[in-house]
Amino acid sequence: MTELVTSPARGQSQAVRVLLRWSLYIALGFFVLIYLMPLFVMVTTSLKSLEEIRTGDLVALPRAVTFDAWFTAWSGACTGIKCEGVKPYFWNSVLIAVPAVAISTLVGAINGYVVAQWRFRGANIIFALMLFGCFIPFQVVLLPMARVLGIMGIAGTIQGLIFVHVVYGIGFTTLFFRNYYVTIPVELTKAAKVDGAGFFRIFWSIFLPLSLPIIVVTVIWQFTQIWNDFLFGVSFSQAGTQPVTVALNNIVNSTTGVKEYNVDMAAAIIAAFPTLLVYVVAGKYFIRGLTAGSVKG
Amino acid sequence: MAPILEIQNLYKNYGSLEILKDINVSIDSGDFLVLVGPSGCGKSTLLNCIAGLEPISSGNLSIGGQDMTNVSPKNRNIAMVFQSYALYPTMSVAKNITFGMKVRGVDQSTQEAKLAQVAQQLQIEPLLGRRPGQLSGGQRQRVAMGRALVRDPKLFLFDEPLSNLDAKLRVEMRTEIKALHQNLGASMVYVTHDQIEAMTLATKIVVMKGGEIQQIGTSSEIYNRPANLFVADFMGSPAMNLIPAKTRSNDEGTNIEILRKDGEPIVLTDQVNRDLPSDVILGVRPEDIADPEMRGGGDTQAADCIIDIVEPTGADTFVVMQLGGKSVTARLHSETTAQPGKTQKLAFDLGKVSYFAPDTGLRLN
Repeated sequence: MTELVTSPARGQSQAVRVLLRWSLYIALGFFVLIYLMPLFVMVTTSLKSLEEIRTGDLVALPRAVTFDAWFTAWSGACTGIKCEGVKPYFWNSVLIAVPAVAISTLVGAINGYVVAQWRFRGANIIFALMLFGCFIPFQVVLLPMARVLGIMGIAGTIQGLIFVHVVYGIGFTTLFFRNYYVTIPVELTKAAKVDGAGFFRIFWSIFLPLSLPIIVVTVIWQFTQIWNDFLFGVSFSQAGTQPVTVALNNIVNSTTGVKEYNVDMAAAIIAAFPTLLVYVVAGKYFIRGLTAGSVKG
Repeated sequence: MAPILEIQNLYKNYGSLEILKDINVSIDSGDFLVLVGPSGCGKSTLLNCIAGLEPISSGNLSIGGQDMTNVSPKNRNIAMVFQSYALYPTMSVAKNITFGMKVRGVDQSTQEAKLAQVAQQLQIEPLLGRRPGQLSGGQRQRVAMGRALVRDPKLFLFDEPLSNLDAKLRVEMRTEIKALHQNLGASMVYVTHDQIEAMTLATKIVVMKGGEIQQIGTSSEIYNRPANLFVADFMGSPAMNLIPAKTRSNDEGTNIEILRKDGEPIVLTDQVNRDLPSDVILGVRPEDIADPEMRGGGDTQAADCIIDIVEPTGADTFVVMQLGGKSVTARLHSETTAQPGKTQKLAFDLGKVSYFAPDTGLRLN
């Protein structure tokens, strides 16, 4: 009896469910298309010749694939008077981002460890002040920072940019590590103290091995921030020490005559490539690390 | 010989908040000291002070005859077992146990020998290669004990080590800790809120409340002669009956009158304790109110009581009645004839009662 009543109803709901599911897929697909369209245009344009760009359709696939624009972007495009492509600036960015990420992550880990596990008088105030540092807009610190870099004698150098990014990153990295380490029971530190371990021993032997998920999160965050930074890069660099973001701007804005869209697109993709790579390789850990603290706490 | 642990006039404040007040304790080598009290009484703080994990505000603390008041934990020659076990999660069991030795630079062969010895003692050899996350609660407990044992310290500290285990395992581990204490002859300080754990393990119990020591004594002293109403109520399960009563002295001794809801008051005569104030709180353990045929002896006096509730537990049957305005529990034989609502003759053992002053709560006899 009940079967007779429910089976048509179930059949109907089945149909509705399939319909809903498909409309969901269609909606998602639509947004994926919108989201990927610029990237598609960038990639196809970078593979076209200038002639084809001028005559062809913006969204059409290239008729003849050519990598000329990529070679030009990498090592021949002009940034102002020099014509050596993004290559030297790409390496500048690497030289800035890698040490800055490493130093700010390490300092953030030690800070977080102290604030979370070695509670001292005023620990909360210091942490609150560091947190406050996360909310200061870049523009506010430009002039004071320029002065400080001048006094330190590292204005316009790679080291100067590393310093700026480390200082600006510590607030975030400390926050990440502190929130991760407060979920670790204080008894662990106590046990290690009774076992005879000191401040750094406990950090190296017990806390750092536990920290892989949060290290991944911090590295991704810091790398993206530092690699993509334009304002500090343009303000605190000079000819020869500019990061790739600044070079990209110069390539696009300082060309005279015909706009080489294919070169601009290729240069933009090259400039964005490292952050893309970091997300693809470590994205899984990123999500895991972001949620790890909340589940445990 | 100097006491293994001596605490004199210890105070601990957080700002203006006094956590521990004038603590004085001393134990000899081989003693098993249990700090017991309700949560928030300061027992864990006191243990942390002994370990050196919390600085003390004033007073002195010495371990093995040496002043340790301002010595860091690693130099106090102690080992500690924590409630959450606090095993290092990224290290194997073997590494967990040898970490302390590694930090102190003990050579490899000694480390291995000691590890093997402790693993054998605690029967955790098959677990040595595993991570703490792969162990059950009982196994983690053993590893935590192993980490303490391998250090061979002057003093072992235990911070509620059994409270995360299930009931059956807790009883097993309790026996094991007791056996360990007897075999090693080690000195131990053990914190618990479980008064049965305290009674079974301790050679010396410190009952605490509100940061103050209420009583120090052996299990039997604490149980039979509680120093005040708090200790009387806290130690023992079911708790001691605390019955308001009036006293009147005469030639034979002291008459003790206990009011009843309906009917005449019960009058008992205490021939030993005289000069009691007119109002007292009478403290009687449930097992000191029994079936008259089961309990004889000089100080036993029988009285008729109306039983309200009968609770058989197997070995014993507890009955509850109203005396002096309080629920009073008596522990009767399991084959008792007591029935709810009926009158039952019960024998009060006056040789083992306690008297407390109602206003101060202090023991009178």
